Amino acid sequence: MATTRERIKPESRNVVDMSWDPVTRIVGNLGIYTKIDFDNREVIDCKSTSSIFRGYSVFMKGKDPRDAGFITSRICGICGDNHTVCSIYAQNMAYGIRTPPLGEWIMNLGEAAEYMFDHTIFQDNLIFVDFCEQMVKDTNPGLLDKANKTDAPRAEIHGYKTIGDIMRAFNPFEGEIYKEALHFSRVTREMFCLMEGRHVHPSTMYPGGVGTVATPQLFTDYLVRLLRCLDFVKRSVPLNDDVFDFFYEQLPGYEKVGLRRTLLGCWGAFNNPDHVDYKYENMNHWGNEMFVTPGVVVDGELVTHDLVDINLGIRILLGSSYYEDWVNEETFVEKDPLGNPIDKRHPWNQTTLPKPQKRDLEGGNYSWVMSPRWYDTRTGDHLALDTGGGPLARLWATALANKVDIGYVKATGSSVQINLPRSAQLPEMQLEWKIPQWSNTIERDRARIYFVAYAAGCALHFVEQALNLVRQGQTKVFQDFEVPDEAIGCGFHEAVRGVLSHHLVIRNKKIANYHPYPPTPWNGSPTDSYGTPGPYEDSVMGLQLFEENDRESFRGIDIMRTVRSFDPCLPCGVHMYLGKGKTLKRVHSPMLGMGGST
Amino acid sequence: MATSFAEQPSGQTGSGVDEVHILWISEGMSCDGDTVSITAGTLPAIEEVVLGLVPGLPKVHLHNKVLDPSLGGEEFLTPFRAAVRGELDAPYVLVIEGSIPNEKINGEGYWTSFGNDDVTGEPLTLNWWIDHLAPGAWGVVAVGTCAAYGGIHAMAGNPTGCMGLADYLGWDFRSAGGLPIVNIPGCPVQPDNFMETLTWLLYQAAGLAPVIPLDEQLRPQWLFGKTVHEGCDRAGYYEQADFAKDYNSPKCLVKIGCWGPVVNCNVTKRGWMDGIGGCPNVGGICIGCTMPGFPDKFMPFMDEPPGATASGSMIAMYGPLIRKLRSITNKTMNKEPKWRHNRDALTTGYDPRWRA
Repeated sequence: MATTRERIKPESRNVVDMSWDPVTRIVGNLGIYTKIDFDNREVIDCKSTSSIFRGYSVFMKGKDPRDAGFITSRICGICGDNHTVCSIYAQNMAYGIRTPPLGEWIMNLGEAAEYMFDHTIFQDNLIFVDFCEQMVKDTNPGLLDKANKTDAPRAEIHGYKTIGDIMRAFNPFEGEIYKEALHFSRVTREMFCLMEGRHVHPSTMYPGGVGTVATPQLFTDYLVRLLRCLDFVKRSVPLNDDVFDFFYEQLPGYEKVGLRRTLLGCWGAFNNPDHVDYKYENMNHWGNEMFVTPGVVVDGELVTHDLVDINLGIRILLGSSYYEDWVNEETFVEKDPLGNPIDKRHPWNQTTLPKPQKRDLEGGNYSWVMSPRWYDTRTGDHLALDTGGGPLARLWATALANKVDIGYVKATGSSVQINLPRSAQLPEMQLEWKIPQWSNTIERDRARIYFVAYAAGCALHFVEQALNLVRQGQTKVFQDFEVPDEAIGCGFHEAVRGVLSHHLVIRNKKIANYHPYPPTPWNGSPTDSYGTPGPYEDSVMGLQLFEENDRESFRGIDIMRTVRSFDPCLPCGVHMYLGKGKTLKRVHSPMLGMGGST
Repeated sequence: MATSFAEQPSGQTGSGVDEVHILWISEGMSCDGDTVSITAGTLPAIEEVVLGLVPGLPKVHLHNKVLDPSLGGEEFLTPFRAAVRGELDAPYVLVIEGSIPNEKINGEGYWTSFGNDDVTGEPLTLNWWIDHLAPGAWGVVAVGTCAAYGGIHAMAGNPTGCMGLADYLGWDFRSAGGLPIVNIPGCPVQPDNFMETLTWLLYQAAGLAPVIPLDEQLRPQWLFGKTVHEGCDRAGYYEQADFAKDYNSPKCLVKIGCWGPVVNCNVTKRGWMDGIGGCPNVGGICIGCTMPGFPDKFMPFMDEPPGATASGSMIAMYGPLIRKLRSITNKTMNKEPKWRHNRDALTTGYDPRWRA
């Protein structure tokens, strides 16, 4: 049940403000405030809000840069390790060191387990409650009737006879898949803990490598768990396909739910230790050797797969946010190590100057969030990239770049193939994710489950590489280093839900500037200085409602499915500083915009 | 109903309740990492508690934003609002996640909120909810170091002036059930430490367990009574003054940043998940994340703790000698007794008529 407040507008008597605050089944504090035209069954406006302030970038200034990986993990309670790893990448660059190969494989193995865990618990225990029998019965009873009568096309693999049976298996706490997914999420977290010590804030990760004790047993313990996960992975993909295809077939037009222009960013994941030296000058090379290829996809075209281009294009726009501009502040980095000029609006040069003020919705400032954008040199546009919840952008960029080929996973130019070996119940199996027609709610959700399989395939490769090194006695996992007096660094990684960058400036061996940009500021940013709305808002505005309920019993399922398809993770969005102990006086509930700056 | 239960004297056993709501608010200065962490727990698992699979526990209604099946908003807030009005149909345990900001320093603004006022539409602060829910709660739990003591967001230089729940409510706070705040620190909380503590509280609510034993920092005694070092399988290296010089080494980490000898935590014993993972036992320095002094008193994390220099040098006087002597004995123990051979003679000392 949403909160409803009647709005009397002269042109339409049936436009209603509806809000969901807090949104459940996501991490962090998110409120969604909409205006809905029930006569035309359309969402005509959407604002996303968050209401918590912590202040990481500020309290990190002046601290020992080696502490950054430990501190930034605490930004996020579900993918904190992604921050630690990204921080290590940035620090390695600043310290001029590389992680020994085995350390790199261990980090990759930890991150692969994180993707498997996190995507699964989010998909099966949080997102899929929106597609479960109990929910669909309430929002679309007619659809549930059809689901009960529709055979599941891939029943032979996953064992559920009808679509309705699948929906029942996702009922919270009681459904079979819901419970199985919780178990899976624990086994994959055990795999994670073998490599990174603890979930969700790792203990064994350091700049220069890891402290994980690299014995054959470590990798055996990981491998057997991974192999026991494969049956679940092989069943999950066809099972998800059956449900999503059913929605397209039974609800013509559902492809438009959450649809937005294809503007996807992926910053790459899983460094290849044979290539990565963390030198900025070589970043294009080693970025392209990653096992998830970085890239920017615009209207289906891969605009770049060069991490240097990606780095140079990042712009932080003030947009509708409560900050003073930093144009007159210190420029920390004039040029990158290749001599390219660094924009004043780049995270390396950002100085956060909060300016609490009254919210002004009518053309003024209304958010604490800044708007990260990517500058497209071809057109001069500041693109409001989204991450598609992470997997959609990762698979899309990797498929188009056509570089990854390690047997277990292979890019083809138009798809990504995942080859999983025989497991206890199911034979060897190839899964193929093909570039979809749309960047929409269903495809964001579908890509997620394929990426679980992708991560499992990568993990199989990584564990083989690691075991080879251990068998040869190459067990070095950590490279010692000195913190330089002055240095800069940047790290690019994929947080579970999308792009993650850390930009670091060191002076006198201390942190002079540190700006993490996680996925949620990209996805959840407000309207920017050029009038471009952020992706959440953009994808909900104009949404046609498919829910069968009328206004009185309206629950907003299509809106919630769309917001959740981005895998909102608000702690990442809202670690910004408020300044001098002054908070904004806000006078009523729809607090527009959400976190995003640091 | 909540009040009738609350009127029972604390710690009373034998007459408990059948149903309990868990009202969980993670809107403190947090990352929601404690909620995520507890889904890793298996001793018992959260779904086992919710589905009533642990004999003796009351029926549990869990209201946690991340796990709640509702779509959110008022659907989700209903039991919280009912509890504020004193109309919830069963006693409740209030779980707070995240540190509590100081709302006295920012005029009419606020740092964090949870839902809106149903009349004015204005945001309701976390502090408002605590003020209205803590006194009527049968029990109050601070999950994770942020809620217990302030944690990372209460680091020096922070803008919100945030603090732990006991700093906010007072260390002598007593719930309607007569209990002090129960702190379960950890950044994040070790999954089973939370589940086990919750289970104790639920047994207690059911009248099947005595009052939960807490220490002065309001932590369960059986979980936090020992130090990391006392449970660490690398402590043997310390005893022999055999210290790791960098993180490649499987030896004791105190010279490169481990605070284990002075930190109350059971993770080296318990591991992170069913014995897997942990901290110094698996190569991760202890950064003191369960402690009231976390993080500032442990930074910079990767340097030797000042106290370790002194104790380390004292041990260095005899540790190497012990190590030497043990290695000699160890060498001996690695050799089989000499009577095990394949020669044509029995040299075992066999004597069937041996008498003392």
